[in-house]
Amino acid sequence: MVTLTYDGSFEGLLTAIFEIYEYRFSDVSIVPADRAQANVFNDHRQSTSDPVKAERVWLGLKKKVSTAALNQLHRAFLSELPGIEDKLYQYVLYVFSSKLSVEYDYSNSFVLFIKQTDQKVRREKHRMEAFIRFQLTGDGLYYAICQPDYNVLPLLQNHFRERYADQRWLIYDSTRKYGIYYDLNTVETVSLSFSEEAGSGKNLQAVFDEKEELYQQLWQQYFTSVNIVARKNTKLHLQHMPRRYWKYLTEKQVQ
Amino acid sequence: MSDRTLEKLSILADAAKYDVSCSSSGSDRKNKDKGLGNASNGICHAYTEDGRCVSLLKILLTNHCIFDCAYCVSRKSNDVKRAAFTVQEVVDLTINFYRRNYIEGLFLSSGIFKNADYTMERLVLVARKLREEHNFNGYIHLKTIPGASDELLKEAGLYADRLSVNVEMPTEQSLKLLAPDKKREDMIQPMNYLKGAIIANREEKKLFKKAPQFAPAGQSTQMVIGATPESDLEVLFMASQFYKQMQLKRVYYSGYVPISNDNRLPAIGTPVPMIRENRLYQADWLMRFYGFKVNEIVSPENPHLDIDIDPKLSWALRNLQIFPVDINKADLQVIMRIPGIGVQSAKKIVSARQFSKLTWEHLKKIGIAVNRARYFITCQSKEFELKDLMPMQIKQRILSQGASKYQPNFSPQIKLF
Ligand code: SF4
Repeated sequence: MVTLTYDGSFEGLLTAIFEIYEYRFSDVSIVPADRAQANVFNDHRQSTSDPVKAERVWLGLKKKVSTAALNQLHRAFLSELPGIEDKLYQYVLYVFSSKLSVEYDYSNSFVLFIKQTDQKVRREKHRMEAFIRFQLTGDGLYYAICQPDYNVLPLLQNHFRERYADQRWLIYDSTRKYGIYYDLNTVETVSLSFSEEAGSGKNLQAVFDEKEELYQQLWQQYFTSVNIVARKNTKLHLQHMPRRYWKYLTEKQVQ
Repeated sequence: MSDRTLEKLSILADAAKYDVSCSSSGSDRKNKDKGLGNASNGICHAYTEDGRCVSLLKILLTNHCIFDCAYCVSRKSNDVKRAAFTVQEVVDLTINFYRRNYIEGLFLSSGIFKNADYTMERLVLVARKLREEHNFNGYIHLKTIPGASDELLKEAGLYADRLSVNVEMPTEQSLKLLAPDKKREDMIQPMNYLKGAIIANREEKKLFKKAPQFAPAGQSTQMVIGATPESDLEVLFMASQFYKQMQLKRVYYSGYVPISNDNRLPAIGTPVPMIRENRLYQADWLMRFYGFKVNEIVSPENPHLDIDIDPKLSWALRNLQIFPVDINKADLQVIMRIPGIGVQSAKKIVSARQFSKLTWEHLKKIGIAVNRARYFITCQSKEFELKDLMPMQIKQRILSQGASKYQPNFSPQIKLF
């Protein structure tokens, strides 16, 4: 058994897949370097991300499946689920091994798994589009902290850029320790160490626009007022808004 | 903006919350000239503790009202705190909530202040300011005030994504009984006007891409359910007519929340008919997305929807002669009608079966509710459940499995059966 490690990037994974073909590895498992565990029975190999090799795999796939299927692969990759690399590899293998496009063959377990993983990632993306809460700082930056289950920031850029075209904003993923920042022209990936304390409400006056606290109160008031007690349904509430997202929801910060 | 605004917001959000419509979808307004916002995908930004979607800032401009509709908290004779926003306050709230990603836009309604036109003018003014002074491209839903002039409706349509005229009651008699100031005609007439204006605008857009949009998300309406004795048959036939003749985008059903000691109405403390409301939404989905005709769902013999099972299952049990359906052969339209299979799963089935004949294993993985569907289908596997069971037996078996995923869920946003 060969364990092939890669750098954790999508390009790195495509490179690794290329090298499996190149070196004719048979019994192989692809693992991100930081998750690889030493195992005396396995043959360890390391793959180094190479844009040319990655591109060859991508273009090869492009000839076989639709753009929608390619995007699906990318999103499934962003799930970062343990073992997702091998599933993606098996999918690619299946694609290359058959003449027709197999992207709709949900009777194949890898195709179905990728499709279902993609759905989970997309659901998380939608959740973030819904649950991101910006706070306005004194120097006119709208910033938000989040902790998505999957690595969805790359998928959020377009939505937020199109919607908030006239305001500077920053969305920070505190699990993965990086953010995306829009400076009124382009969106860039930024890594910064961020003190979460600043967003906890205690230091509001220091960092925030003078109206920020008022609008947070107004929103909390609104959220309370629209509730209809006679219809209370906690189960449904939690199903739509699982507790793990509450931490950064302005309306859930009232005691 | 201050404590006073906070108080107004609590009064005017509270008074608006009984209007259940919250959808912010159906529009494709783009962000214009690097302005603020767009209206595309209809996101629910939060959910209330009763599980309803919060997508829009839904408020009344004022809860002062010259009318006295018995079912309404803002009715003239009710002893409640009154408040009124200024136009600017509504604009500021909308913009600032929107910028923080709290909302998709604004849903503005109002009690009737002085007269219909005077009130409608102010609603339109808010929308105009948002669009023209703030280049706001988020979603705007304006409620039209019964009796407002066509000119104002026309202007409203130029700024708003959606307009709604609430018919309030499923029948004219009920309206007369509970809302003596209102005339059915004052609701049907603006609906007709809007229908005409929307159709004309769609035609114009085909010829001139640059033609201004008119209510791109169409019009909707709401009926209060359970305040008066109408059957589901009456309610759903009315809804079906609105969809067909008025080309409405949505009909909302609002389970009456008892708020008054008026003896024309259910007493305070009577439970909100939430399951019934949920069943009506399910029936509504069947009409809009599953190709069901209204008379397949309710009929003079079955004027009420079943409370214990959903309308699709009821329909299937009444029509067992159609089943079992061969999942590997049947048309998509037929597969969508099978209990336990939603639109998405039906599509997956039709795609997947091109590659191999589907078995129970495949169907489970695809995510259909096999426990429920198995009484109605055959597939590549040999085992097959529907061995001359009577409708009651199937119903009992399905209910006893108590598939919790399919328990009634009380939100108008439900998707599954
Ligand atoms: S006109 Fe509208 S606000 Fe006024 S009492 Fe009737 S339903 Fe309520």
